[in-house]
Amino acid sequence: MNGKATAHSVVEASARSKWISGAVVVFYALVTITPLLWIVLTSFKTPTDSIAYPPKVISEPSLEGYCNLFTIRSRQAPEYMASLPPATGYCDKIARERNMVIAGPSKTPGRLLNSLVIGFGSTFLAVFLGTLAAYAFSRFKVPLKDDLMFFILSTRFMPPIAVAIPIYLMYRQLGMTDTHFGMILLYTAVNVSLAVWLLKGFIDEIPREYEEAALVDGYTRLQAFVKTVLPQAATGIAATAVFCLIFAWNEYAFAVLLTSGVAQTMPPSIPFLIGEGGQDWPAVAAGTTLFVIPILVFTVLLRKHLLRGITFGAVRK
Amino acid sequence: MQTTIEINEATAVPVAAAKPGLTTSLAGMSDRAIAWLFISPTIVLLLAINIFPLIWTIYMSFTNYKANMGWVKYRSVGTENYVDILTDSDIWTAMQTTAHFVFWSILFEVLLGFGLALLINRKFRGHSLWTTIILLPMMLSPAVVGNFWTFLFQPQIGLFNYIVGFFSAADPGSFQMIGDVNLAPWTIVLVDTWMWTPYVMLICLAGLRSIPDSIYEAAEVDRASTWRTFWSVTLPMVMPFLMLAILFRAIENFKMFDMVNLLTNGGPGSLTETVSITLKRAAFEKWQTGWSSALAIILFLAVFGAANIYVKVLNKVKQR
Repeated sequence: MNGKATAHSVVEASARSKWISGAVVVFYALVTITPLLWIVLTSFKTPTDSIAYPPKVISEPSLEGYCNLFTIRSRQAPEYMASLPPATGYCDKIARERNMVIAGPSKTPGRLLNSLVIGFGSTFLAVFLGTLAAYAFSRFKVPLKDDLMFFILSTRFMPPIAVAIPIYLMYRQLGMTDTHFGMILLYTAVNVSLAVWLLKGFIDEIPREYEEAALVDGYTRLQAFVKTVLPQAATGIAATAVFCLIFAWNEYAFAVLLTSGVAQTMPPSIPFLIGEGGQDWPAVAAGTTLFVIPILVFTVLLRKHLLRGITFGAVRK
Repeated sequence: MQTTIEINEATAVPVAAAKPGLTTSLAGMSDRAIAWLFISPTIVLLLAINIFPLIWTIYMSFTNYKANMGWVKYRSVGTENYVDILTDSDIWTAMQTTAHFVFWSILFEVLLGFGLALLINRKFRGHSLWTTIILLPMMLSPAVVGNFWTFLFQPQIGLFNYIVGFFSAADPGSFQMIGDVNLAPWTIVLVDTWMWTPYVMLICLAGLRSIPDSIYEAAEVDRASTWRTFWSVTLPMVMPFLMLAILFRAIENFKMFDMVNLLTNGGPGSLTETVSITLKRAAFEKWQTGWSSALAIILFLAVFGAANIYVKVLNKVKQR
């Protein structure tokens, strides 16, 4: 690659070993991605095709799963069906074919909205608090710094069910069960530990000289923080925010135990999309697909910072 | 007029700084005061959402409180809950189930993850794209993963059963990954391995990349065999990273709830009931709040001990 290809190098693998490694890795990647692709494919099948044997790879594409995800339908007598005006939309038409009429929208849009509100709310708070704390830990002599940092991280390791028991009682006492605010606060607390550790790593990397120059120029500490550190930490802050957002988006244990209707997010509700005669697999697959796509996009965008994110900022590359 | 202001802000820094802004009252603060002002909100939040509830849990663990019958007067039972848990054979069964799950899933993840990292580290063409594809499962929601694997594991119609049947001549309807007594404990291991192998792989890859080329060149000069180089250079150098991955996965899998809950829900019977599932059943189905608080404290102590070691390894890796 760099023109020294003639010399034998111990570090650079031989062409043959590269080819074999490549083949094995590609094979693993294809196997590992199959379940995901299968779910996406299933979301475009009709219920009958989704449970066909042998499993169908190619089938008539249908958006029935997506229709079922967003609507509730009711079965009607043939006489009543005949008396109806012709079907208007795509989903309506599919419902009519199954002798059903659309009775209204499902709870899915509301749950998606809850996921967004709780996700963005808790992410904003966690990153805001995390940036402040990380800056202080990075730049100032804080007594018991190592102990405080350990304390902050240790809260991340608490088993969620163990935390949920007293939180449930506490929220019930305060009237915060099944509220957006309660969930935002809870997810903020879980995410802030990650945010502090990750952001401390990012801020540690920003040379102090910039701030010192600003201080010499007559800025106060706070102005130096806002005008020199924050802009340089922007990438790190964004990466941290995405990690927090993914956690809150994916979280299930707290959501299923502490919410029931008003503030329920997507994860606890996807498994319970029941159709006639069992689980409505295309609808489940459609819900899963819509739910997973933002994460896939973010993962690709985050690729460079992934390692930091999963090691609390310890491994940088 | 407008341009003048812009120029002022961009160039004349001391003037801009001297201007009284929003932060006037904070401007004169000492560094020490700022440090506490910045750290305390986080600490207060964690005290309120984590530590206060923890203390409450400790208190409840010495009572026979039942959360669904709050009006019933509860009383202190001393250490009865703890004694009860530690002598309960069901808890030990759950612990064994958890240990089986943690041990095998981590073993497979390490073997596959480390192996893949070694291969990817040879930097074949397009390795970056395929690495990204391999990484995807670990970013998904464990709950959603557990849920959609139940579809793949459907007897007859499930893709997994079909593919196994296709390659082994077994009838795809003849075995149930989730319902079978012998298979279910391995089913949760399989799905966990699928999901978390990339995690171990990514950290191992960082470990491999941290090894300076000069060490390999020195080994070559010493005429060390490939095998020897692997055992005395690669493995020891990657070890701290591997430990990091193993410890984190061990902690996470020890308290695994969401994936298992949706995949097998602890079944068949209580065969895949990990301690977190036991805890959920006791706390939110049987409503034995006092008893489950004691179990929560025991779990927390175990995790806390492991987390302590994890942070030590973390700091060691950080210095590299």
